[in-house]
Amino acid sequence: MRRMSEQNKWKYGFFLGCVTPNRYPMIEASIRAVFDHLGAEILELEGASCCPAPGVFRAFHIPTWLVIAARNITIAEELGVDIITGCNGCYGTLRDAWIELEHDYELKKMINEHLAKVGREFKGSIEPKHVVQVLYQDMGLDYLRGFVKHKFKDLKVAVHYGCHIVKPSDKRPWAGESEDPRFLDEIVEITGAKSIDYKDKFQCCGAGGAVRTAVKEISADFSREKLENMRDAGADIIINCCPFCHLQLDLGQMEANNLFKDMIGEPYKIPVIYLTQLLGLSFGINPNLLGLIKNHDLKGVSPFIPIESFLKKVKTQLT
Amino acid sequence: MSENVEKYLKKKVYKSMSSKIAQKFVDAGLEKLRACINCGTCTGSCPSGRRTAYRTRSVLRRALTGDESVLQDIDIWFCSTCYTCYERCPRDIPVTDMIIKLRNIAVEEGFILDAHFGLANKIFYETGHGVPANGEGNKKWRDLRESYGLPPLPPTVHMHPEAVKECQELMKSVGFRDLLDRIEKQKEAEKSKKEDE
Repeated sequence: MRRMSEQNKWKYGFFLGCVTPNRYPMIEASIRAVFDHLGAEILELEGASCCPAPGVFRAFHIPTWLVIAARNITIAEELGVDIITGCNGCYGTLRDAWIELEHDYELKKMINEHLAKVGREFKGSIEPKHVVQVLYQDMGLDYLRGFVKHKFKDLKVAVHYGCHIVKPSDKRPWAGESEDPRFLDEIVEITGAKSIDYKDKFQCCGAGGAVRTAVKEISADFSREKLENMRDAGADIIINCCPFCHLQLDLGQMEANNLFKDMIGEPYKIPVIYLTQLLGLSFGINPNLLGLIKNHDLKGVSPFIPIESFLKKVKTQLT
Repeated sequence: MSENVEKYLKKKVYKSMSSKIAQKFVDAGLEKLRACINCGTCTGSCPSGRRTAYRTRSVLRRALTGDESVLQDIDIWFCSTCYTCYERCPRDIPVTDMIIKLRNIAVEEGFILDAHFGLANKIFYETGHGVPANGEGNKKWRDLRESYGLPPLPPTVHMHPEAVKECQELMKSVGFRDLLDRIEKQKEAEKSKKEDE
């Protein structure tokens, strides 16, 4: 099944960011497991920092945002591999900074003068990619289909894209499509799951732009609206491709259940699953390697909404 | 557009703005807003405006006409940077990028929320992460990593103290450290003034 020539080609530097390794490590584990299974080699970007977050640190001081983003990119340039990230925020930062520096000679010169002080140079020789971009464009749906062992039946999925994977569309690889992209639904549906339509599907989760840090209530109201629309449409689970959206929709259910309890009726309890966790299950990868099985008795850690209802639903389909 | 017309427009629009902030708006590229026809597509598309008093069009208008009070308006921090307005603007104004630039000017003037300042000054500058897993309070997250077969800390700045120093050096070099120090002093002065009253 695996094509050797392409297998050698697929080598990436894994940009972890902050939320993935430090709050939702199950996402990190599942990306590693799925990429290994698909024959792609992952290299560590030793000493990488926060991307820095596009709506937060970019909003405070653009030169800081640019120089730290450029530094992160140089770590992959030294290894000679493209960057992959599973986070829409990191993707937004790394890709926007990469494009801005590549299109503005003066800016690149200025940033490189700063980087020279720590012995680095931004060349622009590698491309920052999203995990989803690699799955959909570098590997392709046909290649992924070849790995599907278990097809889910009767599994209704609310797909949440998040914002920065598609926008700004002039800096993204989806041919300018920003109002109604399909790529994530197409990946989800190779597993047999059904991507359902729901109201305002492409609405922001409300975590970004420093809003979550500034005013929790406003941020939580964004996610409440999304969750209501997902529940109305009968979603069994939420699938997403960003750890910050993931946090906002997972922890956000607890927050909405608390902040808006008079408004929402029944509390929300929709399991939130990261794309590679669902894909990995369908590929027949051990759920332990996908961060789907809880092996601890820690309190106050992710996932905040139990995912057992999802595991129970698909269990009989995994044999 | 000819250079003369460009000059005239600049003069015309910004004549009423006496402050140095007006110049900052121009320097930051906010003059792109002159293409705005006030159609309100940005406001109509805004998921934040649905639940707050944040009105993108109004904020941009105030910036364009040099209304400095916009910098102190908390509304500019309600944008979640979803880029819907950016995509839909019929005049191709990079609206979201304009809001980000406006925020940069606000921060430079010392208008930054305590939560944001703490995040930048204490967490990001000190650790290199926006959401860290080191330190005593974060033990449960390291334990959680281990429960999924991962090392307690990721191979990021968390495993490389020299990389944290390198980031700090870069932040000093671009002037971020000075900016943070200046704001910290400002915040302390405001605090002691309040206590005196």
